[in-house]
Amino acid sequence: MTNLALIATLLMIMALAYHMGLTRSRAVAAEHDVRMHSRPGYYGALVALWCGLPALALFLLWSFLAPQLIEMLVTHQLPADMVAGMSDRELVTFLRRVTALANERSVSGGGTSEELAAAAHMARLQTFENLSLVALMAVFAVTGLVVARRNISPQWRARNQVERVITIALAASSGVAIFTTVGIVLSMLGETLKFFTFISPAEFFLGTTWNPRFSTSGTDAQGEFGLLPLLWGTMMVSAIALLVAIPVGLMTAIYMAEYAPPWLRNVAKPIIEILAGIPTIVYGFFALIVIGPFLSNVGDLIGINIRTTSALTAGLVMGIMIIPFVSSLSDDIITQVPKSLRDGALGLGATKSETIRQVVLPAALPGIVGAFLLAASRAIGETMIVVLAAGNNPVLHANPFEAVSTITVTIVNQLTGDMDFASPQSLVAFALGLTLFVITLGLNVIALIVVRKYRQQYE
Amino acid sequence: MNTSAHPNIPSSMVSVGGGESRKSKATGNVKMSAKDVKVFYGNTQAINGIDIDIYENEVLAFIGPSGCGKSTFLRCLNRMNDTIDICRVEGKIVLDDQDIYAPDRDVVLLRAQVGIVFQKPNPFPKSIYENIAYGPRLHGLAKRKAELDDVVESSLRRAGLWEEVKDRLDQPGTGLSGGQQQRLCIARTIAVSPDIILMDEPCSALDPIATGKVEQLIDELSESYTIVMVTHNMQQAARVADRTAFFHMGDLVEVDSTDTIFTNPQNQRTHDYITGRFG
Amino acid sequence: MSITIEQRRQHRLMTIEKSLATRHRKEKRFRRLGLMAVMTGMTLVAILFASILMRGVPAFWQATFFMELYFDPEVIQLEEKPERASGESPSDFNQRLSAWQTQAGLVNWQVLIDRALEDKLSEDLEPSQLRDLRALLASNERFTLRNKFMDDPSLLGQTIEVKMLASANVDVWLKGNIDRDLADARQQLSAQTRAWADQLYEEGIIRNAFSTALFLNTDSRSSPASAGLAGAFMGSLFMMMIVIALSVPLGVASAVYLEEFAPKNRLTDIIEININNLAAVPSIVFGLLGASIFIGYLGLPLSAPLVGGLVLTLMTLPTIIIATRASLRSIPPSIRQAALGIGASKVQTVFHHVLPIALPGILTGSILGVAQALGETAPLLLIGMNAFVANVPSTPFEQSAALPVQIYLWQGNELRNFFEARTSAAIIVLLALMLSLNALAIWLRKKFETRW
Repeated sequence: MTNLALIATLLMIMALAYHMGLTRSRAVAAEHDVRMHSRPGYYGALVALWCGLPALALFLLWSFLAPQLIEMLVTHQLPADMVAGMSDRELVTFLRRVTALANERSVSGGGTSEELAAAAHMARLQTFENLSLVALMAVFAVTGLVVARRNISPQWRARNQVERVITIALAASSGVAIFTTVGIVLSMLGETLKFFTFISPAEFFLGTTWNPRFSTSGTDAQGEFGLLPLLWGTMMVSAIALLVAIPVGLMTAIYMAEYAPPWLRNVAKPIIEILAGIPTIVYGFFALIVIGPFLSNVGDLIGINIRTTSALTAGLVMGIMIIPFVSSLSDDIITQVPKSLRDGALGLGATKSETIRQVVLPAALPGIVGAFLLAASRAIGETMIVVLAAGNNPVLHANPFEAVSTITVTIVNQLTGDMDFASPQSLVAFALGLTLFVITLGLNVIALIVVRKYRQQYE
Repeated sequence: MNTSAHPNIPSSMVSVGGGESRKSKATGNVKMSAKDVKVFYGNTQAINGIDIDIYENEVLAFIGPSGCGKSTFLRCLNRMNDTIDICRVEGKIVLDDQDIYAPDRDVVLLRAQVGIVFQKPNPFPKSIYENIAYGPRLHGLAKRKAELDDVVESSLRRAGLWEEVKDRLDQPGTGLSGGQQQRLCIARTIAVSPDIILMDEPCSALDPIATGKVEQLIDELSESYTIVMVTHNMQQAARVADRTAFFHMGDLVEVDSTDTIFTNPQNQRTHDYITGRFG
Repeated sequence: MSITIEQRRQHRLMTIEKSLATRHRKEKRFRRLGLMAVMTGMTLVAILFASILMRGVPAFWQATFFMELYFDPEVIQLEEKPERASGESPSDFNQRLSAWQTQAGLVNWQVLIDRALEDKLSEDLEPSQLRDLRALLASNERFTLRNKFMDDPSLLGQTIEVKMLASANVDVWLKGNIDRDLADARQQLSAQTRAWADQLYEEGIIRNAFSTALFLNTDSRSSPASAGLAGAFMGSLFMMMIVIALSVPLGVASAVYLEEFAPKNRLTDIIEININNLAAVPSIVFGLLGASIFIGYLGLPLSAPLVGGLVLTLMTLPTIIIATRASLRSIPPSIRQAALGIGASKVQTVFHHVLPIALPGILTGSILGVAQALGETAPLLLIGMNAFVANVPSTPFEQSAALPVQIYLWQGNELRNFFEARTSAAIIVLLALMLSLNALAIWLRKKFETRW
């Protein structure tokens, strides 16, 4: 029986259990002529849970453990000299081929006699394992059902128990977010540590040359993995982006919050929101076919050599991308400054712009700084625009008209194509990713704390 | 509407309000005068044509139930209502013989002449010193630092706050107590030395002791300033005002010396309000 | 005292009056600066849309041949298409059918096309000119012809008007997307092919016609003119289904827990900061997570929409949680108190009263989150979705492309002159999808907006 069918059957049994619980609780109520603690639906749900949850838990545990157990048994049954003669890696490959054969998938080269024998053994084990799983699940489900159904009585607090299960399920869902973070940190940390067995941290963090060469596992030609040119490129592009986005975004927010007539606000706000949702690949393409050639032509006119794909191109377009982000964050923050402060300044005879510059902005400053930090973190982590428009030239230089490379570009370059998790050429992507994560995490946390403090100030 | 608008009687305002406690400093010159002022919020009319004269150095109180238009009218006097998009003012308000709603009238100048103190103290999130210095600096009134220091000190002294804050001028104004904050806001207003100070329920957010201080301050300020205040507290009007105006449902029902309003009102509605029939 | 105040007032009025002009100028300048900023933003956006529309819209129309084609029985030497005989088992029939199909595949369909073209050009061609001739049509068209015949074998011996795509280079040449004055060596087509293309275009045999290839075909390397988005579209659809199925229930459940049930303590504080931070983690980091955990550790297949969907789910989750929490928070406590007051349990209160009211907000947030996931590219590159896939995936476990990744692949195609327009067209399709999702969200919010 396939897993899908198994789960479907279990769900059907649970539906049956629900119905049995429902009728039983009605019967009990009629029999004793009393009010039950909970409405019949809750008894139904509880019986269904008793029936389904243990079986489901067993299923999950089993699916996780059984394949490993079977592989162990198969390995154990193999001729000892054969196992001894294989490296770990070869054993893994061998087992993978055997698994494929056992599940009647073809493998390249058809499979040797040892493989076929092992596969037959594995298939037998799998059949046994499958049948026992079905049997055990049936026992669990039926026991749960019977016990729960017998338990139904006017005193049984079915609703409270069902609600407790619901609450636990809700809490577990909110754990997913935590697991994601833990997963990010652990996976990247693990691969990064592996990377550091090839290249020392000092070489990575302080190296000024980026030249990873091609992935040639087995040879000792490792290339150079200096982070600094990439970090520098990231900073340069982000700085250009912020130089574009902050003035334009902030002034847009000020105009929207303080000057724009309501109709303009009503039109412009949704537009800005939609803009913030345009995929970055679109901005990247725009940079590549419009902004890059345009800048290059301008450069020719004024006698500067501007490359089509350069830090300037990427930064400019990234700035355009962040404008709506900066403006909508700042707009929220500016409108939170209480009207009484504005009235205070206006009442003294300040003009509107004086009020904004001397009272509103200073009052909103922490929040706005928070918004800038979030914008910076977004610029640093942005990928597609720089992949398309920055030119991929990992060299330390300070010329914004030249091509650069960034951390994100390099992650993409190193991890697309062959995925060989054993070479420093691939693993470095995780070290870069961890660096990126730490930088953006720092910016985000500071920004979030600053903005939070700011919100509390005016609550 | 015409039943509500009482002509003001100059002779009556010279008489002392509240008997023994207050001595009016009013000069008898008309400082400001409103003619048939109507205010609309969108299509709703909030003020139905008000005529009133305001005399130099008097304390004039606006009373009336909430929503009667007294604050709205007060905010017309220095065009604070301009900040509300849907608000429209008709009629004529004259300050020193000049129409303040004339198209060529500069609202910046007007607000420097007619200061305002709000219901809730609203010090800027800056230091105490900067709060006071903001107005003079804004208008370029003090050229040198010493001059500015002088203005800050004298304003704080006038507001009766100097002794309390002179050692912590560099601390944020938002750190003061509510009463102190309100006096800080008054000091901030008088630092620009306006002719008229409008006060929109200046004590409604304060405790009785702080209220007492502010009331005392109002009395002292009336030496050299014309003060128009809105209050929801009739006793307060009786304590501090030379004249009192009663507003109801957008009408100015009656304006007279505070004494007359509280002891012998001419209008039935005023009488009902004073005696607590509604409000 | 009153004299000094009078003097001060006089002095003050004069001072202010003098400075007024300057201050009002500054005010105007500031205001103009703001307007300029808004205009700058709007202009840039207008340029972005205009340039993509200008390039992309023409790509929906492609140079297409409209000509008679004779299904020559001498070339198509095939038995009759097998019919299922009575009493024949399905498997036997299928075997016969597929044998016939194999036979059909071996027919030289190209010859039919060559002859039809020769006819139109009314020239006798040297064998050496065949290459130039074949450069006119998209190379896939012979398969289109084959499929057409296999669907309707009665075409044998008939002459019918067929519609076939011109090759990408002919399309580029006729649309003027390549400089016509370039030297022969730098042209992508031979002089002969170019002349023929012009001749046929003038005769009306090649016309610019709306092409469905972009929507119905999959990506193609050999025949760029017929490359389409069908595969990428299915891949994105599978991923979005996974994202919706996982991130919406999970996100809503965690938001409900955090907002309604969780005690306010250090742990929930950390969860809160953690979720806000996750929302701001660069998307590429999620790609690394996918590469390391889903592919490296769990051994899920590369390039599969399943993995893409899971990665995008994790990425979308914080957005949905934050939107749902905001929506829950905007419901006044009085609703909850009213329900609790008549004896409803906390769970009942939340599920019967609070959630239904919060639904529009949750829906809006979810749609925006899904739209964002639809356009995400970077993490997909890291889990191998940039591989070339020539099939429409039928399950989420098969290799597949995705819309944004297809855009990435096409913009990098060396046949620049053709794919610049093709990419823009693909972007238009993607943006149209995303904007309609966004519009739906905004409409929902407007329709159900409640003020408390």
